[in-house]
Amino acid sequence: MRPAAVVGTGQTHHAAKRLDVSMAGLCREAIDRAMADAGVDWPDIDAVVLGKAPDQFEGVMMPELFLADALGAVGKPLLRVHTAGSVGGSTGNVAASLVQSGVHNRVLAVAFEKQSESNAMWALSVPTPFTMPVHAGAGGYFAPHVRAYIRRAGAPEHVGTMVAAKDRRNGALNPYAHLKQPDITVESVRASTMLWDPIRYDETCPSSDGACAVVISAEPTSGPAAWIRATALRTEPTTFAGRDQVNPQAGRDAARALWKQAGITDPLSEVDAAEIYVPFSWFEPMWLENLGFTDVGQGWKLTEAGETEIGGRLPVNPSGGVLSSNPIGASGLLRFAEAAMQVMGTAGDHQVDGARVALGHAYGGGSQFFAMWVVGSEKP
Amino acid sequence: MTKPLSAPLDVGFDYTRSLGPTLGRFLTDLRRRKVTGIRGSDGRVHVPPLEYDPVTAERLTEFVDVASTGVVRGWSWIPEPLEGQPLDRPFAWALIQLDGADTSLLHAVDAGSPDRMSTGARVRVRWRADRVGAITDIECFELSDEPADEPVPADEVTMVTTPVHLHYTHSASPTEDPFLRGLMEGRLIAQRCPACSKVYFPPRPACPTDGVPTTEQIELSDRGTVTTFCVVNVPFLGQRIPPPYVSAYVLLDGADIPFLHLLLGVAPEDVRMGMRVEAVWKPREEWGPTMQNIDHFRPSGEPDAPFDSYSQHL
Repeated sequence: MRPAAVVGTGQTHHAAKRLDVSMAGLCREAIDRAMADAGVDWPDIDAVVLGKAPDQFEGVMMPELFLADALGAVGKPLLRVHTAGSVGGSTGNVAASLVQSGVHNRVLAVAFEKQSESNAMWALSVPTPFTMPVHAGAGGYFAPHVRAYIRRAGAPEHVGTMVAAKDRRNGALNPYAHLKQPDITVESVRASTMLWDPIRYDETCPSSDGACAVVISAEPTSGPAAWIRATALRTEPTTFAGRDQVNPQAGRDAARALWKQAGITDPLSEVDAAEIYVPFSWFEPMWLENLGFTDVGQGWKLTEAGETEIGGRLPVNPSGGVLSSNPIGASGLLRFAEAAMQVMGTAGDHQVDGARVALGHAYGGGSQFFAMWVVGSEKP
Repeated sequence: MTKPLSAPLDVGFDYTRSLGPTLGRFLTDLRRRKVTGIRGSDGRVHVPPLEYDPVTAERLTEFVDVASTGVVRGWSWIPEPLEGQPLDRPFAWALIQLDGADTSLLHAVDAGSPDRMSTGARVRVRWRADRVGAITDIECFELSDEPADEPVPADEVTMVTTPVHLHYTHSASPTEDPFLRGLMEGRLIAQRCPACSKVYFPPRPACPTDGVPTTEQIELSDRGTVTTFCVVNVPFLGQRIPPPYVSAYVLLDGADIPFLHLLLGVAPEDVRMGMRVEAVWKPREEWGPTMQNIDHFRPSGEPDAPFDSYSQHL
């Protein structure tokens, strides 16, 4: 496998409703920024990979068909990736593999979601015949598993509110974030409405319109590069008897493979910043454990000690994360791009000082698809 | 084998589309009884206008007025129109090259009979009276050598609504079928995996862990344990149960996997992991092939199950 690097990143100004642009215009806002960041033009792009969450979210079957012109894919290979909420991450991994394998020299990865055109809560809760209609969107799906984590880990209630307050404050440092709440506090999060007990309103990701793009290249271009040191994808069924929904096997397996490939033996010491897919606050400690940053049952202690703040031992979601912007299909690629920005030194006000190794992580479906990469400032 | 149970499933949503500058201009002009194209890098005029050039991928900005008259470049006769098509009587789908355009637009021609259709036929737009800024503002095309109606003023269009409705017949799998027929008799039918011995309720065609068919049927009681739960306080579109309600994972005694159901008969703040519950069935005359025969679960009054008894089901 030959080395590959992220040489440009771009994203939209995420918002609840981007009524000023079409889907194509939304994608191009991110693409144009990524290509300018990389200093490349359309003839420099060999292939395009598009990621987007389920088609029911916008009601467009196979949007890659009508977006081919806008994505600059005419006359080039265009692939669409489908892995539910993790799709942005999987899109980054697929694009990386096309370069690492030597098939293409430079690949554009794009992911988007225009949540304002539909209603994801509706789309995830369509009642099918013969079943009990108790489903209540992603929050309703994940809340029981969050409750199980709290019970198993013996975690104090305020840990979830701490994550929410931190990520929203970080979002205020990110010019592209949907939610910017510099004055949010643990107390104000705690006072917010309980939506899917134990998940409060302020502990829940917003519904966003947005897109993200990265250019992945075999050789550096004009600016800095984030070298892809490892990638991992793993999958497991949504349900099976004895399934651990709090600490899924697929996530543990993906992390183990990722660290091994990256040559990392002690992730907590060797990773300088992590962009982890946290759509509901408690998933920060849950994924810290699943990823192997801490032992099982100990993740919340890292959060509680303030070590996941910018300036802490492992800054988690310095960009504000999914809790500050959630264009679902793009959210995973945003994690991957933000990790790259940290090691490229281009993260601006939410830059982690001296970041040389960073993690990008995404999960999707019923915690069944996992995608992750490790990027570093040094060529492997 | 009897035919598996099936039921209609209608899925519909009024999706919205924010148009952006190019498509917004096109649909605004349709509302004004005017057709607008856009010039590509190779000089061709695209109708409808493309947002990005198919050759260079650059954004296109040079709008070009084209005529509301044109020529049929190809067509296909639709003897029996379907729901949602432009006309409710037989018509032709046609590729129409408007005068001044270099590409063809797909639309309907109200020709009355396929005998009157031909490639090369002249057509003109029949404008809808109540135009909203949509492709259907062109009601259809009609065979004519004459010019179409003149443009009129109208307000700008930035959004459209595109209702999508899908009508499915949802069929139960051969494994689900006996389970559903059991429910019609108030019985809870599970199946055991021959390899790992895990008991699945509802049953699956195959064990997800071992990949082998599950054939051994087991009847379970309607009592179980709440493994975990959430309190749904949030209202949303399409919701069937008014909030707040407790959505609980119930592990039936003898089963190895919990399922989601409704928990009532207890204040949400008093629900606990490990709570013992029993099914409350609807009146027998309301039973059908559905888990909704169990109206809800309620606390059984038994002591809570110890955490270790269900911790491997979380």
